[in-house]
Amino acid sequence: MSHDHDSPKAHRPAGAGEPHAFMAHHFNTPGQQAGAAKFGMWVFLATEILMFSGLFLAYFIVRMHYPDMVLAAHEHLNKTAGGINTVVLITSSLTMALAVRAAQVGDQPAIKRNLLLTIGFAFTFMVVKYFEYTAKIEHGMLPGKFYHAWDHGYYIEGSPHIFFAVYFCMTGLHGFHVLIGIGVLTWIYLRAGKGHFGPSYYTPVENVGLYWHLVDLIWIFLFPLLYLVR
Amino acid sequence: MADDKSTHDAGHEREPSYLVAQKGLKSWLFTVDHKRLGLMYLATTLLFFFVGGMAAIFFRTELLTPGPGEISGVLTALGMDPTTSATTYNKLFTVHGAVMVFLVIIPSVPGALGNFLLPLMLGAKDVAFPRLNLLSFWVYSLGALFFIYTLFAGGLDTGWTFYTPYSSNFSGTAVISATFGAFILGFSSILTGLNFMVTIHKMRAPGMTWNRMPLFCWSIYATAVIQVLATPVLAITLLLLIMERTLNIGIFDPAMGGDPVLFQHFFWFYSHPAVYIMILPGFGIISELIAVHSRKHIFGYKAIALSSVAIAIISFVVWGHHMFVSGQSELAGIVFSFLTFAVAVPTAIKVFSWVATLYKGSIQFNTPMLYGLMFLFTFTIGGLTGVFLGTLSVDVHLHDTYFVVAHFHYVMMGGTIIAFVGGLHHWWAKMTGRNYDEKQARWASLFIFVGFNMTFFNQFVLGQQGMPRRYYTYVPQFQQQHVLSTVGAYILLAGFLWIAFYLLASLRKSAAPKEPLPDNTWGGASLEWSTQTPPIEHNFHGQPRVDSDPYNFPQIDRTGGMDHH
Ligand SMILES: [Cu+2]
Repeated sequence: MSHDHDSPKAHRPAGAGEPHAFMAHHFNTPGQQAGAAKFGMWVFLATEILMFSGLFLAYFIVRMHYPDMVLAAHEHLNKTAGGINTVVLITSSLTMALAVRAAQVGDQPAIKRNLLLTIGFAFTFMVVKYFEYTAKIEHGMLPGKFYHAWDHGYYIEGSPHIFFAVYFCMTGLHGFHVLIGIGVLTWIYLRAGKGHFGPSYYTPVENVGLYWHLVDLIWIFLFPLLYLVR
Repeated sequence: MADDKSTHDAGHEREPSYLVAQKGLKSWLFTVDHKRLGLMYLATTLLFFFVGGMAAIFFRTELLTPGPGEISGVLTALGMDPTTSATTYNKLFTVHGAVMVFLVIIPSVPGALGNFLLPLMLGAKDVAFPRLNLLSFWVYSLGALFFIYTLFAGGLDTGWTFYTPYSSNFSGTAVISATFGAFILGFSSILTGLNFMVTIHKMRAPGMTWNRMPLFCWSIYATAVIQVLATPVLAITLLLLIMERTLNIGIFDPAMGGDPVLFQHFFWFYSHPAVYIMILPGFGIISELIAVHSRKHIFGYKAIALSSVAIAIISFVVWGHHMFVSGQSELAGIVFSFLTFAVAVPTAIKVFSWVATLYKGSIQFNTPMLYGLMFLFTFTIGGLTGVFLGTLSVDVHLHDTYFVVAHFHYVMMGGTIIAFVGGLHHWWAKMTGRNYDEKQARWASLFIFVGFNMTFFNQFVLGQQGMPRRYYTYVPQFQQQHVLSTVGAYILLAGFLWIAFYLLASLRKSAAPKEPLPDNTWGGASLEWSTQTPPIEHNFHGQPRVDSDPYNFPQIDRTGGMDHH
């Protein structure tokens, strides 16, 4: 083993990346830093998928135990609202991808514009979700012991309180992720305003993009499973 | 590796070590230095090890007599209602289990030794995400605070497994704060695992190929994979449990149409792999100790490395062996039983490789090695009795008896804790720049060995004779064996206190060595020995480069002609 004392810049290997202002001291090259960040993001996404997979499993167990109840209860979800939200999220994934592209080519106005659009779609999603939740609460279609839809003239055979528990857990956790998404999107929007991103440094935009696509993807599974049982 | 082992960084002047490079409390609490974070994990896990250990000492004392004796005496003396001694017992064993699993064993080796050693062994300046590393420590501390709150809010009596429907509908204790604490600790574990995975993938020094990594790094890698893949499932499970308890959502509660066994599936889907989160880092330490202290190239490097990965993979498909008597289908039971046997193969590969490394080695019976040998003895017993419990028909008899208690203590304590203590001695000088008293250390290790086996070996017999676990009372015929166990526990306590004593003594100002300690304490060939003792803030002067593997001991290897490279 030997130690070499030259600055790492003196012989930067291929794929090392261009130097930029956000280099952390413990990396040797910008390429190493970007690679680490991206790999870390993928591992994080894996943990997200596994966390949701527990809820998906719970959903399938409930559906297996009570197929008729799930069928009857899901009719009370608002398919139109769910459909609109699906379109909204898919479109937001497009604007997100455009923002990443803009960062890669250094088109500053396009980064900000597309990030702002993405944030707007995320808010739209939450507003639609708010109206959906309000309706469910008004109809007494609540989880567990708070379920009292019969008081409002709705009769669902079986144990619909479990279906609505699963509904609220899954969409609630997903909605929480959308809120986090709004937070991190705002953060990179502010950074984009300072001109931090360009061809030599765009990892944060890319990673937030990956996160946002995952949030979208999970919804694409939630929507048919919850709203389109039949 | 080249023969400049003992002269670090080819003739650099000594620099201030990471311990003194920055000063003040803040420089510790908000440090992003992996070495300092390692020390902070070390201090906290050892503190909780003491808390969990004392809980065990208390309930072992209760078990000195068959009836509700000792605890009720203490309760009366404290002016409390002595008829609550059964509940008190339940709370004590729950505290012991929950603290030991979530606050001690899971974070101990990765958090303390892993943090300290991984970047040094890889030849990196730090882990990939130093600030995430600090966050992970603070998340751990927050989770620990929830556990401490639980203790003062009346404790917890569900056992560390939180089984429903008792935990969700019946227990009158602080279930929510405890499960929320475990939920938070899970995130700390995930962040650490993620950080280590990325560090190993992206931060290795030039020339440090996967097959030149020290085996400790391989085991940390396998551990990290499990932490990242299994812990999120625990998070969601505990969240559902909290929902069940607060909202009666009806997922686990049979009265509401739910399925309590579903909780067990969820729980063990995490908690079986978690067993390997606990033991794999121990394996890694043992590989280092055995090779360095028998002065011989490790036998079967690739087999040991890949068997860690194999264990990580198999660990995800064996959880049902905790549920043989839960009412799961017989077919599932048979499949889980056979899959469980499969774990024995990679585990045995490791044990045989360590024994083969010892063969014709120049074994040095210093303290780290004594713990290494102790591990081979106790862990093998723990591993083999695991095969008994994985056998469907045998488990029906042994399930929920002291046999199970003895088995997992031989694995968790006889495995992980023994390895941890061995590793602590092995890297003590590197971490602190101090030497402990070797003579005292050897005597204390004898106390640990005798105390441990005295406490737990006869529990195999007790369990086989039908003594159920988690009972505060028992039939009089078991008293002798219980007394033996309790006395063993006292000896164990004495041993650990002794270790704490001489390690702390070595840190006193007056115990500072006159000359700085050599860089390479044991003639090891991995990178952490090539830098200053204790290391400088940025680990190395310049970028280390690696051109051979970490188990070549050229000056000292006496096997003659067995040069592997
Ligand atoms: Cu298991």
